[in-house]
Amino acid sequence: MSTNTPTIQKEEQGTGPGTEPVDSPLRDNLRALLRHRSAMIGGGIILFFILIALIAPLLLPYGYNQIDPDARLQAPSGEHWFGTDDFGRDIFARVIYGARISLWVGFFAISGSIVVGSALGLIAGFYGGWRDTLISRLFDILLAFPAILLAIAIVAMLGPSLENAMYAIAIINVPTFGRLMRSRVLAVKQEDYVLAARAIGMKDRRILFSHILPNSWTPIMVQGTLGFATAVLEAAALGFIGMGAQPPEPEWGKMLSDSRAFIQSAPWTMVFPGLAIMLTVLGFNLLGDGLRDVFDPRMKQ
Amino acid sequence: MTQPQPLLEVEHLKKFFPIRGGVFGKKMGEVKAVDDVTFSIRKGETLGIVGESGCGKSTTGRAILRLEEPTSGKVRFEGRELTALKGEEMRKMRREMQMVFQDPFASLNPRKTAGEIIAEPLKVHGIGDARKRKEQMKELLQVVGLDSFHAGRYPHQFSGGQRQRIGIARALAVRPKLIVADEPVSALDVSIQSQVLNLMEDLQERFDLTYLFIAHDLSVVRHISDRVGVMYLGRMVELTDRDRLYENPLHPYTQALLSAVPVPDPEPEVRRERIILSGDVPSPSHPPKGCAFHTRCPHVMDICRDVRPEFKDHGDGHFAACHLLDP
Repeated sequence: MSTNTPTIQKEEQGTGPGTEPVDSPLRDNLRALLRHRSAMIGGGIILFFILIALIAPLLLPYGYNQIDPDARLQAPSGEHWFGTDDFGRDIFARVIYGARISLWVGFFAISGSIVVGSALGLIAGFYGGWRDTLISRLFDILLAFPAILLAIAIVAMLGPSLENAMYAIAIINVPTFGRLMRSRVLAVKQEDYVLAARAIGMKDRRILFSHILPNSWTPIMVQGTLGFATAVLEAAALGFIGMGAQPPEPEWGKMLSDSRAFIQSAPWTMVFPGLAIMLTVLGFNLLGDGLRDVFDPRMKQ
Repeated sequence: MTQPQPLLEVEHLKKFFPIRGGVFGKKMGEVKAVDDVTFSIRKGETLGIVGESGCGKSTTGRAILRLEEPTSGKVRFEGRELTALKGEEMRKMRREMQMVFQDPFASLNPRKTAGEIIAEPLKVHGIGDARKRKEQMKELLQVVGLDSFHAGRYPHQFSGGQRQRIGIARALAVRPKLIVADEPVSALDVSIQSQVLNLMEDLQERFDLTYLFIAHDLSVVRHISDRVGVMYLGRMVELTDRDRLYENPLHPYTQALLSAVPVPDPEPEVRRERIILSGDVPSPSHPPKGCAFHTRCPHVMDICRDVRPEFKDHGDGHFAACHLLDP
């Protein structure tokens, strides 16, 4: 390009060089998120649970499996903050170790569904044709079963364990992310800037990763946060019916089911794990709703 | 006048979109978006294409660049058959021809900075190293009337006119010979339109560009074009030099279109006779038999309902497709 720039009239520019902070849309959104009150409350709850899950061994005078036959079904006290269960185990310790289990299961299950679902959705949406038909029908089949039933079926096949429950939760959530990604890709694919990228001569793969993916992942992130809450619930549900965590693992759902017999005589055995589930789910839902408000304002009711 | 080889030749270009329905996605019909269009563009000239929305002018532009794969027909660029090129060859050819889009808000990726957007074509075609590309990108910003400090900004921080300049800089980056401009100013404010049009004219002169300029605004087309083609329902109905078209339109549709343009002078404006077309444009999925315009033509004859008029030269390169012109 020649260097003798002819005088081409410039459009009036309100601001001079570097006078205004130049922010990426992402950073703008993050700032909006920090101002979102309920999202921050949700984030706080989650952080709190993550923190206590991490430092659990330092907090606790009792191991979660420490049985004390002399202290069975004791009410909450200074010694046992949340009371004890029918084996005399400290419920506070078990609830806190339970946070480790629930967050771990939720994280790996949802990460797995996001990776697999997004990849399938991306392929289906971008390439279309038989790949789309195959993948979409697969999603339809998975979605034809009630999610928890499908999870039970998968665990029944693999054998009941916490790990298998995690796989099951990952599998049943794949179509959610897959469909979401597919629909985003179909929409973004139609955008002029994707057409422009093709007009430039950009290769398909590069268009996919450089234009389509960066404009498609925010709903996945929102859904992922909300899905985390569902995954925690599903893990608890599987634990409750004995298809997830196996004794003596201190899984919240399992703790609930073990304490059914003592609802009236020792309600604390049930209240505290129940509260823990509720708070975790609430935290992720609040954060997810906040993310949605910030990243996808059109979804706001 | 000896005619050098045209830069771009379009022959019998067709683009039909299938309409699918039913459970198994059976083909139920097709939309004839572009139905047998033939024209050529000489090097350095600007060919304007006008027509109502839905007449297939944008699809024509996209089919030429193979952004929509043509159903049939030939497109030759400097004598090379584009429609026959395989993936990688076509990708390399894209350096020669670029596109400017209508909507400056949709045609820039919101997550990339202006600098990234403009440097992207250079990167894709492996032109220069990172430092060189940055230099060129800054130069391009200057060329289109922006400043180098704009490089780090995101599209949402620009006005419509500025965004369109970024789109033009992106198209210009690989130094193409042909630019297909698909309604490049119709989304802009009138005051900005002329700025962008002037910019495009300056760039044409400076970089020896050839434009295919698609628009629905007759005065914009008149301003920028050397020759003008008029499209109706996927077909080219008239094509000739700008002045001849505006002074002596042959096709009844062109006559009706031009009669709708207000004259910026009150006296002739009062005397101006308007041809009001009745009815709507027929659906391109069921175009009328014979001449596509016969359902609305004020001079319709029997032959128009059955035989499609040939698009041919009626003297001095004044092409038109109308039975009225046949002896």
